[in-house]
Amino acid sequence: MKEIKTFIAGDYDVIVVGAGHAGIEAALASARMGLNTMIMTMNLDSIAALSCNPNIGGTGKGHLVREIDALGGEMALNIDRSFIQSRMLNTSKGPAVHSLRVQADKKKYHIEMKKVLENEPNLTLRQGEIIDVLLENDEVKGVLTRTGAVYNCKAVVLATGTYLRGRVFIGEVNYESGPDGMFPSILLSDALKEKGFKLRRLKTGTPARVHRDSIDFSKMEIQPGDEEVIPFSFLNMGKDFNIKQEPCYLTYTTEKMHEIIRKNLHRSPMYSGEIDGVGPRYCPSIEDKIVRFADKPKHQVFIEPEGLDTKEMYVQGVSSTLPEEVQLEMYKEIIGLENVKFMRSAYAIEYDAIDATILKRTLEHKEIKNLFFAGQINGSSGYEEAAAQGLIAGINAALNIKGEEPFILDRSEAYIGVLIDDLVTKETKEPYRMMTSRAEYRLTLRQDNADLRLTEKGYKIGLVSEERYRRTLEKKEAIEKELERLKKVQINPTKENNDFLENLNSTPIKSPMSLYDLIKRPELGYDMLQVLDPNRPELLREIRLQVETEIKYEGYIKKQMMQIEQFKKLENKKLDPDLDYNEIKGLSNEAKQKLNDIKPDSVGQASRISGVSPSDINVLLIYLELKRREERKEVNE
Amino acid sequence: MTIAAISTAVGEAGIGIVRISGSKSLEIANKVFKGNKVEELNVSHSKRLVYGYIIDRENHKLVDEVLISFMKGPYTYTREDMVEIYCHGGIISVRKVLDLVLKNGARLAEPGEFTKRAFLNGRLDLSQAEAVIDMIRAKTDKSFETSLNQLEGSISNKIKEIRDILLEMIAHVEVSIDFPDEDIEEVTYDELEESAIKVKDEIEKLLLTADRGKILRDGLNTVILGKPNVGKSSLLNAILRENRAIVTDIPGTTRDIIEEYVNIDGIPLRIIDTAGIRDTEDIVEQIGVNKAKETVEKADLIIAVFDISRELTDEDYEIIDIVKDKKSIILLNKIDLPNKFTKSYFQSIIGDKQIIETSIASKVGVDILEKSIKDLFYSGEVEIYSDAVITNVRHKNQLEKALENINQALDDIKNYVPIDCIEVDLKNCWENLGEISGDTIGEDILDKIFAEFCIGK
Repeated sequence: MKEIKTFIAGDYDVIVVGAGHAGIEAALASARMGLNTMIMTMNLDSIAALSCNPNIGGTGKGHLVREIDALGGEMALNIDRSFIQSRMLNTSKGPAVHSLRVQADKKKYHIEMKKVLENEPNLTLRQGEIIDVLLENDEVKGVLTRTGAVYNCKAVVLATGTYLRGRVFIGEVNYESGPDGMFPSILLSDALKEKGFKLRRLKTGTPARVHRDSIDFSKMEIQPGDEEVIPFSFLNMGKDFNIKQEPCYLTYTTEKMHEIIRKNLHRSPMYSGEIDGVGPRYCPSIEDKIVRFADKPKHQVFIEPEGLDTKEMYVQGVSSTLPEEVQLEMYKEIIGLENVKFMRSAYAIEYDAIDATILKRTLEHKEIKNLFFAGQINGSSGYEEAAAQGLIAGINAALNIKGEEPFILDRSEAYIGVLIDDLVTKETKEPYRMMTSRAEYRLTLRQDNADLRLTEKGYKIGLVSEERYRRTLEKKEAIEKELERLKKVQINPTKENNDFLENLNSTPIKSPMSLYDLIKRPELGYDMLQVLDPNRPELLREIRLQVETEIKYEGYIKKQMMQIEQFKKLENKKLDPDLDYNEIKGLSNEAKQKLNDIKPDSVGQASRISGVSPSDINVLLIYLELKRREERKEVNE
Repeated sequence: MTIAAISTAVGEAGIGIVRISGSKSLEIANKVFKGNKVEELNVSHSKRLVYGYIIDRENHKLVDEVLISFMKGPYTYTREDMVEIYCHGGIISVRKVLDLVLKNGARLAEPGEFTKRAFLNGRLDLSQAEAVIDMIRAKTDKSFETSLNQLEGSISNKIKEIRDILLEMIAHVEVSIDFPDEDIEEVTYDELEESAIKVKDEIEKLLLTADRGKILRDGLNTVILGKPNVGKSSLLNAILRENRAIVTDIPGTTRDIIEEYVNIDGIPLRIIDTAGIRDTEDIVEQIGVNKAKETVEKADLIIAVFDISRELTDEDYEIIDIVKDKKSIILLNKIDLPNKFTKSYFQSIIGDKQIIETSIASKVGVDILEKSIKDLFYSGEVEIYSDAVITNVRHKNQLEKALENINQALDDIKNYVPIDCIEVDLKNCWENLGEISGDTIGEDILDKIFAEFCIGK
């Protein structure tokens, strides 16, 4: 590379590289915590780009969005400004796994988020390509842009998404590129490699966008939004959104389409071996589905609008790396797409990521001070996962500079805690997606109580506004008051009351019973028993929901709390970061190596490292106990 | 630290084995051993038997003629380097070899320490290590065999089978929750119920073995009851004479209670003989009866002895009251003397209990009693799981917790409680079972390890 002439362009506390979902939350958190912050993106038109699907939320992911909101992040507020359809998933299951998922107007999502960044005090928004992070004695000093600008700073958050050495694959064709026609970031990748970073290749893919007028919707099943719209942000609870929701459509692939795919498999770079990157298993390309589920005669395809001001439609379920001509041929075999017109082709993109086990749970590099990583570069997938990491990285960058205690959420406190603990503890071989099954304590980690769990924490670090904090406190109080009241309301076994119960298919009562205990019955609910409760105060839907959930699931929640206590015990058994595991006899060789690589901060974290078995943990526990006894003995002597 | 101990029973025997384990095993062996052909033991001799002599080099004395085997770790019992010296049996020779080994740098092993090392070094899982401890303490062949089965992993395997069913249930629940929009089949309550019942049945079957397992481990708590001079002592002596007494154990705290261990065809009997009743002639009657009652509470089996040659007294009726609701065998003793009442009369007041007529003094009926005890032990479904028998209290407790959790889940399944709530109990059940095999890490396991293996004391 030609030597470039550099100049000092400015001084910041925190510089965020990339303005995708991770970068945005990082920059806003840092700026809102009072630090002079700059966010730089390669293209201001790609801020908050929803480069793949046009939805936010879903199982597990919806929980993350609520948690980001409770901590004072922006994602929930922004999607509330720009959604065009809203659905609560899993309503037939328990409240802990209800998951909000909405369709976004992509353009609007971008425009609204750009406004937020532009209007944020303490935040500078800048277009440019950062090609190096400047270090001195393993500490961040600044960044260098492609045009020679040097910005001095105290901390850097790298949120490079799929841009870092991005390479797009469409059949036999492939070329260096960022997502959706953007430039890739190659020089920064070179610079990181030069610093000794081990970069690995990951891959993701997206389906074609097709013209609305070329689709025959009469052959498809319409998927409307929910009648009752529930917002993502706790600040918008009870607000009347009054929008006309856009429907999605469900259709299916055909055997004929599968045949075309099978015939052309050899032309997919995934199967010819040209792509080294590992893609997510749970978000397979259509080729993968046909190969892995060969006996399935058809697969679901959802047609989703990309926005109100566009005729582009997203074809969910048909991402592909087959050549463009094959794509055109096979999409026509999807029911209702016989005359389909492409607007953008499907492609796969391969990009650089680090192995996140080199990070602390603050997302700071273990050895390089004030260098943070967030989003896809850490091996995650998804907008929500990225945003959650961005928030934590931004918060901790700010706290580091302020000289304050780090902010870490553990697995029992938040999905964010689960996400980050998994990323920095387990070697993720494929892009990591949040799922509710990854959260051990999900009965207590509900999306509906994220504010009750986290807002106070957000307030303490200075990210949550007075207004939000006050509302949460009021909500908490209202819930507790109502729970107490319900315990005191006695229902007598009168004929009238028992007739009412029998009408609801519930057994009559023989002696007086509190309303609280009555609500526990599976067939009854809080709202259903209004008639028996004339003095009931008027409460917001979200409060009623909390009250009902707390009562109905009290027993299960208690059990989960006991599991959490057990979990905390191991989490509180701290491990010295300088401990040499080769010295501990009895550990398997694999465990020694993994423990030395990752240097977990507690026995709990150690137990989650793959390759560390329960008997290794027993050995560790015994080692710690013996050490404790020895130390105690020394003190006594 | 390298440890050493005599690994065979002390007593007259053909050979005795001194075992050494630790990093200095080979070095110590070479200090005390001189081969017939081999100059010095080294790695190339690992797991081969070498013939030679144990020599006290300080006093230039020959101690014994031996076979020696060096075993290079980690593929040994303790995973450490080990040496076994096969000496001539008898107390003197083995003792001398051990002394010499200790003098040359080894430390005397604590009881169970080889096993402790095997466990700590990952050679045995917790349940296997517990089995070894039980084997060492085994009181009869039968209990030894049970522990051996556990060592081979019979419990772990059974537990793993049950956990696999649970894991599959949990996975189905998870998929249904995490992928609501995919066209996969959601788990149904019927499917969950079917699997939960299977889990419940398996746990219950294992628990059924626990009583027998406890007996194999600790002995069948047996109390002989009867007023003075009905023949209790003679009965005890008769049983002791015919069967090998294992231990005679007189706890210092209460002089009144005597325990004898007897082995009846592999079933260990722990006979508690209440001296309180035996010697009450000049002690207040009440004390004896109270003590008897207390002991009876803890008994697995009561043998109540009555004298058929005398009229039944108030004391007899009190004993009848005590044993009425207990597992018991009734002996009507002294049938060789003129009878004062009939068996059928006695049956009418005692109810549905087995009555054996005996004359212990002339050895009539004692064999029938022994057979009855055996029948009692082997009755029911207990025999089904002849390989996986729960002998350990910790295992039993965990199984009971697991049963409670699966029952709760089953209740909830029947009430159509949301699947994510049901899963809490399924996971708890899965973890309870994991604590038996050591697949789940729990604080109490640590306590157990420290209690059982005397670590760090």
